[in-house]
Amino acid sequence: MSVETTSLPTQRAALSNSQIAMCFVGAAVVMTLVQYLGGLPEWLHRLPERLVPNFAGWLDAIFSFVKDDLGLLVLTRTLTEGLEWLLDASGNIFFGKRRWPFIGPIPWTAMAAVAAIVGYYLGGWRLAILGGGTMLWTALIGQWEIAMQTMSVLAIAAPLAFVIGLSLGIAAWKYAWVDYAIKPILSVLQTLPFFTYLLPAVIFFKVGPTAGAVATTIYAIPPMILMTTLGLKKVSPEVVEAGQMSGCTKFQMLRHVYLPSARTEILVGVNQVIMLCLAMVVLTAFIGMPGLGAKLLAMMGSFKLGRSFEIGVTIVLLAVMLDRMSKAWVVKQPEHFERGTPFWKRHQMLLLAVVAFVAFTLVSLVVPFFAEVGRGQDFSQGKELDNLIKAFLNIEWVKATTGFLRAFLNVQVLIPFRNFMLSIPTPAFILLIAAFALALAGRKQATYAVIFFSLVALSGWWDRAVITLYSVISAVTLAALIGLPIGIIAARSEKWAGRVLLICDTAQTFPSFVYLIPAIMLFGITDIAVIFSILIFAMVPLTRYTIEGLRTVPPEMTEAADMSGATRMQKLWKVQLPLALPTMAVGFNQAIMFAFFMVIIAAFIGTQDLGQELQRTLAGTDLGKNFVLGICVSLMALTFDLTIMKWAEDKKSALGL
Amino acid sequence: MAPQAPVISCKNAWKIFGNDPKGFLKNMDPGMSFDDIRAAGYIAGVKDVSIDVHKGEMLVIMGLSGSGKSTLVRCFSRLHDITGGTIEVEGQDIMSLAEKDLIELRRSKMGMVFQSFGLLPHRSVLENVAFPLEMRGQDKHTRRERALEVVKLVGLEGREDYFPRELSGGQQQRVGIARSLAIEPDIWFLDEPFSALDPLIRREMQDEFLRLQQMLNKTIVFITHDFDEALRLADRIAIMKDGAVEQCDTPDQIVLDPQTEYVRKFTEDIDKARVVHAGVLADAAATGEGEPVDAGMTVHAMARMLVNDTRRMIPVIKDGSSAGALSRQSALDILLGSDA
Repeated sequence: MSVETTSLPTQRAALSNSQIAMCFVGAAVVMTLVQYLGGLPEWLHRLPERLVPNFAGWLDAIFSFVKDDLGLLVLTRTLTEGLEWLLDASGNIFFGKRRWPFIGPIPWTAMAAVAAIVGYYLGGWRLAILGGGTMLWTALIGQWEIAMQTMSVLAIAAPLAFVIGLSLGIAAWKYAWVDYAIKPILSVLQTLPFFTYLLPAVIFFKVGPTAGAVATTIYAIPPMILMTTLGLKKVSPEVVEAGQMSGCTKFQMLRHVYLPSARTEILVGVNQVIMLCLAMVVLTAFIGMPGLGAKLLAMMGSFKLGRSFEIGVTIVLLAVMLDRMSKAWVVKQPEHFERGTPFWKRHQMLLLAVVAFVAFTLVSLVVPFFAEVGRGQDFSQGKELDNLIKAFLNIEWVKATTGFLRAFLNVQVLIPFRNFMLSIPTPAFILLIAAFALALAGRKQATYAVIFFSLVALSGWWDRAVITLYSVISAVTLAALIGLPIGIIAARSEKWAGRVLLICDTAQTFPSFVYLIPAIMLFGITDIAVIFSILIFAMVPLTRYTIEGLRTVPPEMTEAADMSGATRMQKLWKVQLPLALPTMAVGFNQAIMFAFFMVIIAAFIGTQDLGQELQRTLAGTDLGKNFVLGICVSLMALTFDLTIMKWAEDKKSALGL
Repeated sequence: MAPQAPVISCKNAWKIFGNDPKGFLKNMDPGMSFDDIRAAGYIAGVKDVSIDVHKGEMLVIMGLSGSGKSTLVRCFSRLHDITGGTIEVEGQDIMSLAEKDLIELRRSKMGMVFQSFGLLPHRSVLENVAFPLEMRGQDKHTRRERALEVVKLVGLEGREDYFPRELSGGQQQRVGIARSLAIEPDIWFLDEPFSALDPLIRREMQDEFLRLQQMLNKTIVFITHDFDEALRLADRIAIMKDGAVEQCDTPDQIVLDPQTEYVRKFTEDIDKARVVHAGVLADAAATGEGEPVDAGMTVHAMARMLVNDTRRMIPVIKDGSSAGALSRQSALDILLGSDA
């Protein structure tokens, strides 16, 4: 619809979208000026308190009705028991929790050996070193137990998310109505800040590991659903027909034809499930889940930077290991053995793993160090690192730089910008957002933008929402100023493009929490630290998609530009960037989504936005308020998501890509 | 072609794609052309096709891409449900079959080979071939025995444990053929089985296919867009255009007597002498003298004799008994392309 209206404006008597957008901007500017001159009535500047509907109260009422009167709480508490049993069992195996089956903990040496062998099986020596090395580091640095606490939840949450996601994915693929029903829910779930998952989980599933596991599972389900549906839809029609002609029943079709043929996509889904679970399980520290996240939270809270750094490294190593291994599994194809290969040779890796496991377990019975790295035996350098970091920060020029950034950026740029955004009257702000959506995407998206932001205004949290938006916009702008040039320069050479992409890929696997560590190290507990952590988090997709966009420009086009005598700059501006723009827009969109995600986590540092309020609700049972806040963030994020993705799509089809 | 009931009997079959094909067909003006139907927002995949396939016969359906040949064969196997008309397989209306019976029919009577092979990537050659047997619940030992047998039949011995991606295109299609033969089907559908292969491999596979057919003598529906391939393999050829069958006849008749302009265009560049057989030229009422020729010989094969001989009429024998005689002049006309 919007394609027509933008490309054929003359055929309609009405104004084109961009003209209307200009009118909106004009109206907003006038309104803001009137406000500055003091001529705007107060009720037009901000929605009066008394007009704010009591959404939180209503939601609370609904929740308590569902929870108590409909007996959902009884149901979930029953489910909790089952889940608790599973978590206890995996807790026993991983870190020796005193519960059934009373066999754990598995000695770290045995785990390390198995990790190395699995790594070798999946991806050769490099992954073997990564797998074994990660385990070795974790144990020797003295974080084995907390890491295994985290892993024990992951070991339950990830398979659970996989099974649920797979089933829902199959259902959505098979029945159109399921697809229609879950699509909008999925897009909201993917923009909902994670704090919003946490409180309901706590209320319905108790504090601690169970609630953490539930929140983690729910958080990881959406991509699994999407990948499953995608994979099943992509199965070649001939393979399907071959199955039908072989006389498969419906179940046989699914089991023997569809699912195995969709293997790649399903395994990509598994990779995403694992990564999201890890990211989330670390964050569940906020609701009292023990493990790496909780330790990190405590260390950062008491400003022990050295230990924080070490835990950060452990989390990063675990993330990279899980990511690389599951990705290697995606591309691993079955190989045939020559006829008559003996059993032990066909399964030599499996046998080797079993032998190593048993051997190390037996050795660890004799040598306690092989079973557990005791207190005082570890090689943690927390104190020394602490001093080192503090010394580094005290070096004159480092201090001067961070000080300057703190003073200049904050006082001269960020705070004025924030105050300016806060000074815009609410209706004018909504008009500006609508103009943005209209100019980029179309009327439908502009309508959504108006509805979504009006809801935010009605929620009564407008000022905090604007501050959230301010953090997001300033961080993404700064990220673009740094990330885009890096991407453009890196895209020039094959070698550098590959390197930077590898860095981006790796950085993207880090759980978001980790990004707070350098921010706090450099800038302490300040606004700048918040912006900085969002900035580095958002820079990754920006750089990455810039490189990908530029590298995928068809070679004929750059060759044509070369033969037309374009200089390097001309080629970049006139040929490569315009063609890369749709892809870059996807990166930009992802950066904004990441920023919305991170700004909420950064509330931990201390902000004045929605995240701060959200985090506060976690302490109580304020479910209604929690949801209102969460949905405010989600609505703002969705507005950008809808608008930018539509624009990228239109641009793509217009360019015939 | 004994005068027994056809294996597949297709009467006035229609397959229309669109929002409401059944309703559209009901209210459609019967004279509507393919383009008229398309203008109404529907696509006629199969347009009023009536065709019979007899036992042991090889029917080749020939047409360019989009002519509806693949759709037609998928209607025969009910991979597509037809919109109108009837299709009977061994006297049974397949549209009336319940899901269970349809599965049973495919498990016991039908095999199909696909253009891009349709192999299951996660299964080895042997497992792919044994797949239909596994689906119908045969035990591991029997299905392995049978699969090994068919793998050997298509010449893939020694590669049983390979995975599809480890094989060349020609080898992959051999797996596809083996799989379709595993259940010993009576009816064999081949949907452009050799189109994805290189020309040299294609030729080799055609020879292989003819060898198999001589051994197995199945009822075959073979689809191709390659007219040479059709002439080479077919007992009868059905030429399709825009969902409808333009002409269905023996290769000899098609090249000698194309009934529409469209068919004629296909036959233009064909060396008719290699297609037309003595038996077709023979006039049963006529008699000739001297050494007879066999009805199965092509004009091309008789070329030297035709040029050197001086007789006006040459006797033709079929299966040892006389089948009349052919006029040497008319055979020479075909050989020399006199009408050109």
